Amino acid sequence: MITQAMLIEILENICKTIEENMSYLTELDIAIGDGDHGINMNKGFTAVLNKLPSLQDKDCGVILKTTAMTLISTVGGASGPLYGTAFLKASSVVNGKMEINNTDLLEMFNSAIQGIVSRGHANKGDKTMLDALYPAYDALKEAIDNNNTLKEALQAATEAALGGVEYTKTIKAIRGRASYLGERSIGHQDPGATSSYLMLNAAYNTINKRG
Amino acid sequence: MKKIINDPNQVVNEMLEGVVKAHPEYVKRLEGFNVLVRANKPSFPKVALVSGGGSGHEPSHGGFVGEGMLDGAVAGEVFTSPTPDQVFEAVKAVDNGGGVLLVVKNYTGDILNFEMASELAAEEGIKVESVVVNDDVAVENSTWTTGRRGVAGTVLVHKIAGAAAEKGKSLEEVKAIAEKVNANVRSMGMSLTPCTVPAAGKPGFQLADDEMEVGLGIHGEPGTHRAKITSAKEIVSHLMEKILKDIDINSGEEVAVLVNGLGGTPLMELYIVNNEVAEILNEKGIKIYKTIVGNYMTSLEMAGFSISILKLDEELKELLDSKADTPGFKL
Repeated sequence: MITQAMLIEILENICKTIEENMSYLTELDIAIGDGDHGINMNKGFTAVLNKLPSLQDKDCGVILKTTAMTLISTVGGASGPLYGTAFLKASSVVNGKMEINNTDLLEMFNSAIQGIVSRGHANKGDKTMLDALYPAYDALKEAIDNNNTLKEALQAATEAALGGVEYTKTIKAIRGRASYLGERSIGHQDPGATSSYLMLNAAYNTINKRG
Repeated sequence: MKKIINDPNQVVNEMLEGVVKAHPEYVKRLEGFNVLVRANKPSFPKVALVSGGGSGHEPSHGGFVGEGMLDGAVAGEVFTSPTPDQVFEAVKAVDNGGGVLLVVKNYTGDILNFEMASELAAEEGIKVESVVVNDDVAVENSTWTTGRRGVAGTVLVHKIAGAAAEKGKSLEEVKAIAEKVNANVRSMGMSLTPCTVPAAGKPGFQLADDEMEVGLGIHGEPGTHRAKITSAKEIVSHLMEKILKDIDINSGEEVAVLVNGLGGTPLMELYIVNNEVAEILNEKGIKIYKTIVGNYMTSLEMAGFSISILKLDEELKELLDSKADTPGFKL
């Protein structure tokens, strides 16, 4: 169970993680894109961080929807609409709820992925954030189906996402600016998959720290 | 990084302020937004053209706001698509009953943000259509990739679709003309140096002193290949071969030529390039109806150029010839 207070803590941690990894994400993007991923993501999540204090007593749906709208209006590039849509779809699953149970969590994750797929017209194996998120969802589902704790489930999802990031090094980009490189994109890890992993890892660390 | 700026995070804001102060008779800024619109909104209900994209391509796109071209331009951060709320504000501001045509360059970020803005506008009952420009022959087109990039040919779409809108044509007609320009224009570029996004602080790629990058995009995306620099004649001949292989232009047919500087190349060299372009077209018996040489779709301080060739018919010729009066393009 994730309470709305825990959700705010997770989001705070995500914002800090993105800030710490801003240069790293930009380096990855310089190699195969246009070098703005870290800068744009940090801009968006800094804006989210500034909004969180005003959301302390709000339900999970409002918290996630505010996050979504903030990302949409601040990030720009492809990541803004994609992560914004993901948070927006996730928010609709928990409208009015003060707590997120494991079933909600799976449903949120699934809706977020579907949102990214329909907005970005991308598929598994295109070298995008989906290559971290699909395996993370599968691992999360398996762990929850097997009655593992939330902490264990998030750990499994995070590890699977990292595996997905590694996988993106082996494939050719099909979507986004990296696709112009064709074969030359092989060997580089996808910045979007990396930021997805970092967000999941921040969520896991938050829950893990609480014990 | 050596740039004449104050704060990397303020470059877009301060540039827009500077543009408005330089051209108050042409443009004004929508307060609180990175949007430039015409200083005087047309009084008759014409189709409004809105374009935009990342900054760093000046005079694209704000420099083309004015009579006969754009009604509004949305500026994103450097090389980053503007967000949907900014595009939506531009659409609301310029719509005066004739509907709005969005001219979007084919980049994933631009497509997604303009698409979301269209959805917002449609919810408000504003008629919006989009045309996606993808004129760069350097990038192979296939269903498995994002497809060709939109580069300098976009300026010709602004000019010709803008003229059609100014003549009072309907949204459907203006869109069809914009699509016709896109279908008949091909571009390809090369560069001698990389460029540096102010907020990133370092160049997007490295090139040795004697190297050039061929077929690159306007954001410093790597091109098709890297080679030792050769003569203007050889470079132009390679780019023209790629362009003319991609579009059928017969002897006796007419074209417009746009030799576009990427920001760091002197006009002297652009004119040398144009001389070579003209020679190649003359040899093939292709008639040059109009030539445009200058910096229209730049890539910050990058040294290099692109060539765009637009195949013309009577309709496109007439629209190309009609009046355009904007800070960055006058005819």
